[in-house]
Amino acid sequence: MTRKTKNDDFPHKADVVIVGGGINGCALAYQLAKRHVDVVLCEKKYLCYGATGRCGAGIRQQWSTRENTELAIRSVKMFEKLEKELKMDIGLRQGGYLIIIHDKKEMRQAEKNVAMQKSLGLNVSILDVDEIQDIVPILDTKGINAIGASFCPTDGHADPFKTTHAYAYAAAQHGAKLYKFTEILGIKKKNNLIDHVVTTRGNIKTNTVINAAGAWSKKIAEMVGVKLPNMPFRKEILVTERIKPLFKAMVISFKDGIYFSQQDEGQILGGIPIPEEKPGYITTPTFTFLHHMAKTLTHYAPSLRHVKVIRQWTGYYDVTPDARPILGETKGIKGFIQCNGFSGHGFMLSPMVTKILSDYIIDGKTPPILEKLNLSRFDDKKIKREISVVG
Amino acid sequence: MGDKVFICRCEDITLEEIEQAIDEGYTTIEELKCRLRLGMGPCQGRGCLLLAKRVLSKKTGKTYSEIKMPTTRPPLIPVSLGVLASDKKNKK
Repeated sequence: MTRKTKNDDFPHKADVVIVGGGINGCALAYQLAKRHVDVVLCEKKYLCYGATGRCGAGIRQQWSTRENTELAIRSVKMFEKLEKELKMDIGLRQGGYLIIIHDKKEMRQAEKNVAMQKSLGLNVSILDVDEIQDIVPILDTKGINAIGASFCPTDGHADPFKTTHAYAYAAAQHGAKLYKFTEILGIKKKNNLIDHVVTTRGNIKTNTVINAAGAWSKKIAEMVGVKLPNMPFRKEILVTERIKPLFKAMVISFKDGIYFSQQDEGQILGGIPIPEEKPGYITTPTFTFLHHMAKTLTHYAPSLRHVKVIRQWTGYYDVTPDARPILGETKGIKGFIQCNGFSGHGFMLSPMVTKILSDYIIDGKTPPILEKLNLSRFDDKKIKREISVVG
Repeated sequence: MGDKVFICRCEDITLEEIEQAIDEGYTTIEELKCRLRLGMGPCQGRGCLLLAKRVLSKKTGKTYSEIKMPTTRPPLIPVSLGVLASDKKNKK
């Protein structure tokens, strides 16, 4: 599906060059190629190498800001039809997200969020402790002082590898050219227009470059003198051996920062931030995380204490100052499109985000959401921060 | 008895599936992990990765030593959440 070509077959021009072979890059390649745009995707490593292949796989519609909620609701509608559209399994399972509420302050925020989410048409409600127990019986609701939870049954998860593969495969079927182990070395301008990109396999003449490089987007933007406020944060995650199916919902807590779910195959997978977290390109996993996660997880679900951890790994959140993505064309440089800064939520928002961006590139459509999430919002002093963030 | 050849016994992955994934363009062990869950079960690839390496070498024409092994992830052996959660220091 990625091209096994020698360098002399490498394209010299393209309508659009996409930087990054994660979920957003591959979905963009599909959306554009489907509408007959000549698109080349360059990935420094292999598809899913970055955050996509390391993420918690969750799909959530319960947010505190309107923009994220709207994007997520519309993304879920697309996820629901994706297997049919791409003609391939994406491992979608809608077991809901259960967001634990620990105190009155959290309850007030949850009520506010749920009211906003409902106004956008989402099926979401606040559950009492007994109802929580019905959904995730292994939770020690007393031990974690749960006074309630918000629950949306259409939240869930999909398999990031399968979903990315499905998009990439469909993109290639429509003529997109995907190159792995192909690094972008430079992006050259002529009169504030993109002129060509320099890659390890040769130059590609193009007027449009989409920066979907996740945690490395900042470095790509620097190549054309654009400063992104994004910071890479190492995030850690672990997975256990397979056990019998116990629950279907993703459990999260904003207070403790924990998230965990049981995958289709039976593993428990989850993460939590560690106290000494700081930005930078750091990849080493820590024992601090392993201990902290094991302690918090067994506090939430004591019966899991005999379950064995088989693997821990790290990945990056590409974090913006307001924890919301940066989308759309860059002021001052025509043809330089941002699709990054997802702050840990790139997988779940990808179907809608890539649809909106491809409609912008092909038809010039600028829906309000694209204006609100443009890089230029950081020019203002006041920013509206997404507060519903875990991991 | 069937004639399937299993390479990864934790995740039930056959030789045929690996060869098919290589034909699709997944030509490194890391990519085969992503595509098939190869080596992602409880043994963490101890049983299968070297076998998969041999299949890759045969199919791609790369030498056996050219094919890189994936990053080793901790813990080296499965450890229970209860043990990892413990605050007790082992005093001697």
